[in-house]
Amino acid sequence: MQLFKQIKFLVEKEVILEWRSKYAFNGILLYVVSTIFVCFLSFKQINPITWNALFWIIMLFASVNAIAKSFLQENKNRQLYYYTIASAKAVILSKIIYNIMLMLLLSIIAIGFYMLVFKNPIGDPWFYLLAVLIGSISFASVFTMISGIASKANNSGALMAILSFPVIIPLLIVLIKFSKNAMDGLDRSVSLNEIGVLAAINLIVITVSLLLFPYLWKD
Amino acid sequence: MKENWWKILASVLVLYSLAGGLLIEVPALPILHESIRNLYYHVPMWFAMILLYLISVIYSIKYLASGKTNHDLIAVECVNTGVIFCFLGLASGMLWANITWGDFWPNDPKLNGSAISTLMYLAYLVLRNSVDEEQKRAKISAVYNIFAFPVMIVLLFILPRMTDSLHPGNGGNPGFGGYDLDNNMKLVFYPAVIGWILMGTWIMNIRYRLRKLENIENSI
Repeated sequence: MQLFKQIKFLVEKEVILEWRSKYAFNGILLYVVSTIFVCFLSFKQINPITWNALFWIIMLFASVNAIAKSFLQENKNRQLYYYTIASAKAVILSKIIYNIMLMLLLSIIAIGFYMLVFKNPIGDPWFYLLAVLIGSISFASVFTMISGIASKANNSGALMAILSFPVIIPLLIVLIKFSKNAMDGLDRSVSLNEIGVLAAINLIVITVSLLLFPYLWKD
Repeated sequence: MKENWWKILASVLVLYSLAGGLLIEVPALPILHESIRNLYYHVPMWFAMILLYLISVIYSIKYLASGKTNHDLIAVECVNTGVIFCFLGLASGMLWANITWGDFWPNDPKLNGSAISTLMYLAYLVLRNSVDEEQKRAKISAVYNIFAFPVMIVLLFILPRMTDSLHPGNGGNPGFGGYDLDNNMKLVFYPAVIGWILMGTWIMNIRYRLRKLENIENSI
């Protein structure tokens, strides 16, 4: 019960901090929108397979940028303060939950704008949306732990990319396949395998993060 | 001498598989022809690599539990040696692919998966170099190593089975053991696997002891 209370409190704190400045969210939103626009202006016309892959690549870079900040923006003293008032598990879980919320919101806006600009027929829109939502949850859960690791090592920008890209590639492959099935309007039962694998990977990643973060945290 | 028997066994088995792999008769199969002999050199590399990474992740867990520097040294030397085996496996696999599949790098999930997992372990080595403080470096890299291991398993063993793959045993293809591997080949293949695994452990062991000596020298 203690843990749930702490998580709730920490998530609220993250949301309030973000609401006050609105800097991170607006910044990343502008990043996504301008990237989509740059892609639109350079591609003009696009075939469906590229359309699908391009969306996931844009989301990949946007989420790396969005989540890289989650540990970097807090200075050492503030982290020490959290350490005294909350358990490590509460901290990592609250970060994961907050990042999932951020990514869900971001990806819904991104897919809306992407479809508005790049016209492309989608066979099964609701299932495609499900793929996007599962994808943003997966990005959030993987990148939160990686950004924790990268923030402990000093030069974080480049390190975040080289640490996270190999780890995210299996997820990305499955996601692209899943969303392509939805785009082609295949029968929903075809994609059940992919959903299972995504759920399993997410479960493993969150469990491993919970087990490992307490070691990472204390210096 | 008594505790070194496995080193002698490793040398004997590797020499035997090198010679036996070239001399002992193999079944005549279409497409593969004589290139089937590469099985004795290509596949054991991956067995050795997986085992070394497994030892590495075990010692990373041990390091987090105990905080002993030696455990961290074993973990990093396992990865160093494993990466060498991985490159050897990729090289021998590329030569084989060129002969049988007509391309050095066909778009095959197993190939891509092994390349990506190599990137991951190279990132682990870069991560180590980016932190100066020893305790902190050991802890952070142990965490990343444990985090990366399940992803490697997914890349090498689960994803290739879900999609079409040229490799035997994946994407609905029958495994090599099914009908290609006759008794003559088993006679060379299994000793080769055991020999190379022992050889990898031996190399790791030497590198670890060198590291330990260096540490003693540096610590005044």
